Amino acid sequence: MRRATRIFLVAAAFVALIALAALLYFMPGYLPVAPGAVAADPTTQTINKGEYLARAGDCVACHTEPGGKQFAGGRVMTIPFGQIYVPNVTPDDETGIGRWTADDFYRMMHSGISRDGSLMYPVMPFAAYTKVTRADSDAIYAYMMSLPPVRQKNQPHELRFPFNQRDLLIGWRALYLKTGEYVPDTSKSAQWNRGAYLVEGLGHCAMCHTAINKLGGSKTSEEFEGGMIPNQNWYAPSLTSNREAGLGNWTIKEITDLLQAGVSHRATVYGPMAEVVYNSLQYLSDEDVEAMAVYLKQLPQRDSEAPPTQSARLVAPEVMELGRKIYAKQCVVCHGEEGKGRPPEYPPLAANQSITMSSPVNSIRMVLNGGYAPGTRRNPKPHGMPPFSHILADEEVAAVVTYIRVAWENSGTPVTAAQIGELRAIVPE
Amino acid sequence: MTALRLAIDLLLGARRPRADSGARAQAIRFIVSCVLAGASGAHAQDAAIPAFKTLDSMEARTQGCVTCHGQSGQGTGKEYFPRIAGKPAGYLYNQLVAFRDGKRVYPPMNYLIAYLPDAYLREMAEHFSKQRPAFKPKQPPAADAAVVARGTAIALSGDPSKQVPACITCHGQGLTGMEPGIPGLVGLSSSYIAAQLTRWRSGNRQAPPPDCMKRIAERLSEADIHAVATWLASQDPPANASPASSNLQKMPQACGSQM
Repeated sequence: MRRATRIFLVAAAFVALIALAALLYFMPGYLPVAPGAVAADPTTQTINKGEYLARAGDCVACHTEPGGKQFAGGRVMTIPFGQIYVPNVTPDDETGIGRWTADDFYRMMHSGISRDGSLMYPVMPFAAYTKVTRADSDAIYAYMMSLPPVRQKNQPHELRFPFNQRDLLIGWRALYLKTGEYVPDTSKSAQWNRGAYLVEGLGHCAMCHTAINKLGGSKTSEEFEGGMIPNQNWYAPSLTSNREAGLGNWTIKEITDLLQAGVSHRATVYGPMAEVVYNSLQYLSDEDVEAMAVYLKQLPQRDSEAPPTQSARLVAPEVMELGRKIYAKQCVVCHGEEGKGRPPEYPPLAANQSITMSSPVNSIRMVLNGGYAPGTRRNPKPHGMPPFSHILADEEVAAVVTYIRVAWENSGTPVTAAQIGELRAIVPE
Repeated sequence: MTALRLAIDLLLGARRPRADSGARAQAIRFIVSCVLAGASGAHAQDAAIPAFKTLDSMEARTQGCVTCHGQSGQGTGKEYFPRIAGKPAGYLYNQLVAFRDGKRVYPPMNYLIAYLPDAYLREMAEHFSKQRPAFKPKQPPAADAAVVARGTAIALSGDPSKQVPACITCHGQGLTGMEPGIPGLVGLSSSYIAAQLTRWRSGNRQAPPPDCMKRIAERLSEADIHAVATWLASQDPPANASPASSNLQKMPQACGSQM
């Protein structure tokens, strides 16, 4: 072995050793129990506030197995690195969070560190929850502690190497985690600030509406610019582009309708966003939903891609004709000849940003699998669309999706049968 | 015809020693075209989405169901998608809740109604329970007389040696089901009935305990399932399609769906 190589190897081993020592030194452990620590403030008022905030944070969606006991965990989440089993967060001493203090809970919300000091996987949206105030965290804690404890043991996650090494999360944290409570922007209104607090904090909207890279992280510079939701195979549209789900041209009422009722005169929520409305947003007060709408409408618009060129929008005449025929037979009854729909019951397709945006995934999935808007307090009996996957072949779905993307001066681009085949192969969820 | 014979052999995994490659390719094309025809069955039948009268109605709200179950719940296509019209509302409601909560597994249904509240699911169940559309044509009986006899026996008399009660003791004398929780078995395809019995037997499909149907399905052989499914699918529709009332008959077993 050459001398230079040997020196390099020894140096590398030395650096690795120091890094390991530093890692162990800085790795958090249990929090010390503060003398005279104040117990949670279990007044009804605080618990009710905590319940409301827990809904704003949509805790129940992940921490409850469908049909299972509330907050008892057990739900499997498939992520690109394996399977995560969401933990029990009922106040059971052995299997839940019964022994957690309000300090433990705040550290978890604020910095993604569990009670025993282990680093949490960022599937838990602590990168957003870090913005939650101590008072709000305490209220959520008081609510969680007021729930009936459920004895249900957590299952260990099934993650591939190296993702099963929790300590390596220190790297992810250095790259993508910026902790800190929400700091109000004094140049904006109180309403805007309340909206920002809810959207960026408990709402954790960026978890889906910001693209996620191969390391499971997302860049602040791309915040709210949209992206595919890993493993769910739905596209979370950009909230900053008026060509996607940017709300710059929407009225406040249209936005609050969409968020609170699940339907509006512009569009309807389906898939993962239907889940968010069903479990979380429908329960928020009119004031809070309006604050979110005000904030979302004012998000800076930055269209990162140019509108499609005329040549990109070219459609073969026979495809257009096939699409038109299928549309007339299967779609006109509800969406109308001019694609105007019967809003809010049946959404419009003409000038609907979610139809024309560059990713056709959501439109294709709707045609294949259909969908019901969520049943909400404001819209308890939503209308629905049937699946067509068993009726239409790939070429037919491609033709009709192409048709609705370009008809009525819609600015979308054609889709191919191969794109349909890919989405047909996945199990709908 | 050669292609058909060969296709069946290929599907069953049987080998024909001297089948030439041309005939083989023809057979494979035949299978593919059959599968495609099945996949686009409703299209071939030229079915369009039905119109509805008023927007604010259950008829319009259940447009989400029509491509599989038909506008009145009569079922569609030759295969699988079951008739839901006229089944007891309690049964339909239990199924909708089980699909929504993932307790009954069929991903297209699990997805479609994932975010619908109980009260609305009950209304949907009541809507379809009141429908009385015409029945689809019955399917032909099994070609083998022994299979027909076995199917008849299980449906009408049961098999005491296996402790299998007759279908009609719980699913109604006219096989139109029993209020409030037992489904009718008329107007269903044999493939649907056989698939459901197989799922009960494997534990994939369940009901609230005591799960009588699980116990019964576990006692049935594959041949029994085939016999009773083809027999049920080949019956004439009843004159009165309404489910039987729950107080007319003593049930042979305790049933979680009737509690």
